[in-house]
Amino acid sequence: MITAGIDIGSRTIAAVVVENKKIISTKLAYTGFSPVSNAQNIIKNIKADKIIATGYGRTLFEHHFKSDTVTEIKAAARGAFELFPGTRAVLDIGGQDVKALSLNDKGKVIKFEMNDRCAAGTGKFLEIMADSLGFDLETFGEKASSFAKKITISNMCTVFAESEVTSLLAKGENPEDIAMGVHESVSKRALSMIRRVTSSNQIFFSGGVAKNICIKKILENYGFEITAPEDPQAVVAYGAALTAADNLNGE
Amino acid sequence: MSTDYKQMWESLGMDIKAHDELLEVLNQGYSDIYLSQKNRPEGMKYFDFVMSEVHGLRIKELVDAKKQGKKVIGSYCVFVPEELVIAADGISVGLCAGADFALEQVENYLPRNTCSLIKSAIGFKIGKVCPYLECADMVVGENTCDGKKKAYETLSEMIDNFYLMDLPQIKNEEGKKLLKNEIEKFKNKLEEITGNKITAESLKKGTEIVNNKRKALHRLQNLRQEKTVPVSGLDALLINQISFYDDPVRFTDSLNKLCDELEERIKNNISAYPEKRKRILISGCPMAVPNWKVPFVTESVNAVIVGEESCIGERGIRNLTNDNAKNISEFIDNITNRYFLIDCAVFTPNEERKKNIIEMAEKYKADGVILYGLNFCQPYTMEAFPLEKELEKRNIPAIKIETDYSQEDMGQLQTRIEAFAEMI
Repeated sequence: MITAGIDIGSRTIAAVVVENKKIISTKLAYTGFSPVSNAQNIIKNIKADKIIATGYGRTLFEHHFKSDTVTEIKAAARGAFELFPGTRAVLDIGGQDVKALSLNDKGKVIKFEMNDRCAAGTGKFLEIMADSLGFDLETFGEKASSFAKKITISNMCTVFAESEVTSLLAKGENPEDIAMGVHESVSKRALSMIRRVTSSNQIFFSGGVAKNICIKKILENYGFEITAPEDPQAVVAYGAALTAADNLNGE
Repeated sequence: MSTDYKQMWESLGMDIKAHDELLEVLNQGYSDIYLSQKNRPEGMKYFDFVMSEVHGLRIKELVDAKKQGKKVIGSYCVFVPEELVIAADGISVGLCAGADFALEQVENYLPRNTCSLIKSAIGFKIGKVCPYLECADMVVGENTCDGKKKAYETLSEMIDNFYLMDLPQIKNEEGKKLLKNEIEKFKNKLEEITGNKITAESLKKGTEIVNNKRKALHRLQNLRQEKTVPVSGLDALLINQISFYDDPVRFTDSLNKLCDELEERIKNNISAYPEKRKRILISGCPMAVPNWKVPFVTESVNAVIVGEESCIGERGIRNLTNDNAKNISEFIDNITNRYFLIDCAVFTPNEERKKNIIEMAEKYKADGVILYGLNFCQPYTMEAFPLEKELEKRNIPAIKIETDYSQEDMGQLQTRIEAFAEMI
C-alpha cells in the first residue's frame, strides 16, 4: 500500500510518499501565490492509494482534489512519533505557526498550544528580521551564533520588532548581536509554549525553523534535549501520509 | 427585509445607508452559516423568520406598542430583571453588541484594547444602526466589568435615557443587600418611566412569563443532553440569542413546539449531524447576535456544541424566580435571590461557576470544553486559567480560545478547534 501526505504550509508545500511506513519520496516547493497549482505540480506524478492533506491550505486542497484532511497538529504528532518512537513533546515552528504538543505513550496528542493569530515567533518573523539585518535566512542562525554582545529584543510583534531592529542598527549595534537577540526572542516564546504543554525536557523539533542551528542551540542551553529529524520540513507531510495508511488499515 | 421599513428606520433617526450595509452583511452571514445547515428541524423556521425580521417586523411591533403607550427597556446584561420590566407593562429587549461596527470611530472614544462586545455597543450607537437602541425609552447599563462600567460613561454622553444599575462583586450579605437595593431602585425607575404601578399581581404575571420562557429553554437544554443531538449548537445558540429580542410569550410557544419536534427526532434517532461528532461544551463570554464565529468553526469540523455556559445560554436562564410571594417585598426578595445566583466572572471568588461548568460537562456528556473568551475580557479570560487546570484534573479536555469579532484569525481558529476535536 502506497499513501501520500501533502502539507500545504504558508511558505512551503511538502509532499511525502510512504510505503510500509518508509518514505519513498519527499518533495518540497514554495507555496507562493497559487497554492493550488503549486500543490497540483508537486503531486502530479504521485500514484498513491490515498492522499491526505494537512497544513493551512488543507481545506483548499480538499475542495480541489476531494481528499481527506488532518490538522497539522495531529500530523506532526504522527510523524514525530514514527520517526522517534517514545517522543512525548513536539515543537514545530513553521512559516506562520508555532505549535507545541505533548503526546501520551502511544503517540496521541494530549495537549497542544498554538499561536492564535500573529506571526510572532514564527519562521516569517525570522525571515523578516534576517531581511532587515541584511542576512540570508539560510545562514541567519550561523551569523547570530557569532555574536559578541547580548542584546534583548523586547517586541514580539513582527512590525514593532522590525522597527526595534532598525533603531538598534541606527544606534550602531552589531547586526550579529542583534540577530542573536532575535533568536533569543523566538526561542523564549517557543519555550513558554512548550512549558504550557509539558514538563518533559526531551523535545522533537520540526518545521522549517528546526533547520536553524542557533534556535536549536539556545533551546539546548535552556536544558532541553533536542531531536531534530534530517528533513524537519517533511515531518508533518510524513505524518499525513502515515495517517492515510492508518485510515486504510482501519485504524 | 423589505424597503417598507425605511420610513420607520428614518423616524428612529437611524443611518439608512450604513444600516443597509449592515443588514446585507448580516443576511449574507445568516444564509452562509445558518440556512446552509442540513437536517434542521422544521420548528427552526420560526426562528429563521424572527431573525430575518430582527430589524424589521420586531421593531415595527415595538414602535406600534410604543404608540399604545408601552415603554421599551433596553439592556446589555442578564442582571437586569425582566420580570420587573414586564410587571410594569414594559418590553424588555437586549441591545446590539455582537458585531464590529464603525470600529475606527469607536477608537476615538475607547482604547483599542477593549473587548469586541463593548466596542460593538458603542459602535452601533455611533453608527446609528441598532433600532432597538434607537427606539428604547430607557437604556440600562450595569456595573459588571470595568470595561462596561467605564464605556457606559461614554454611552451615557451619547444618549439621554441612560440608567445605571450598580452590582455587587462579592457574594456575601452586604453584596446581596446592595443587589436588593438596586432592584428596588430599578423597580421605582420603571414605575416612573412607564407610569404603571408594579403590584404583586403584575409581578406574579411578569414572573410567570419569564419563568415559562426559562422553562422552555431548560427543555431545549435537556434535550441536547441526549445521545442523539436533535439540534445543532448553532441553532440552539440562535434560539438563546432570540430570547432577548422576541415577544416572550410567542417565543415560549414557538420554542415549546420546537421541543415537541425535537423529542420526536430523538425518538426516531434523527440528529442534526448524522455522523458521530465530538460533544463540546462552550463556556465563557456571551455571544450576541451575529457573533456565531466560534460555534460556526466548531460545527464545521467534526464537533457539535451541546451546551453554552454563557450569559446567552445557561448562565442567563439557569434559575427560576420563585413566584410564591404574597406581596411586593417578598417578590423583591425572591428576585434578588434569583439574580444573586448568577455566576458572572465579575464576582470574586467565583467558585459556583467552576462547580456549574463541571456539572454541565457531565450532564451534557461533553467530550471537551472550549473556554471561550473575548480578547481583553479580563474576568473571563483570567478565570479560564484555573478552570482549564480544574477540568484537566478531572480528565475533561479543555482548550482556551481567545478571539474577537474580526475574521482574521479564522484559519488558526479552525486548525486549533479541529485539532482539539481530533485530540479528544
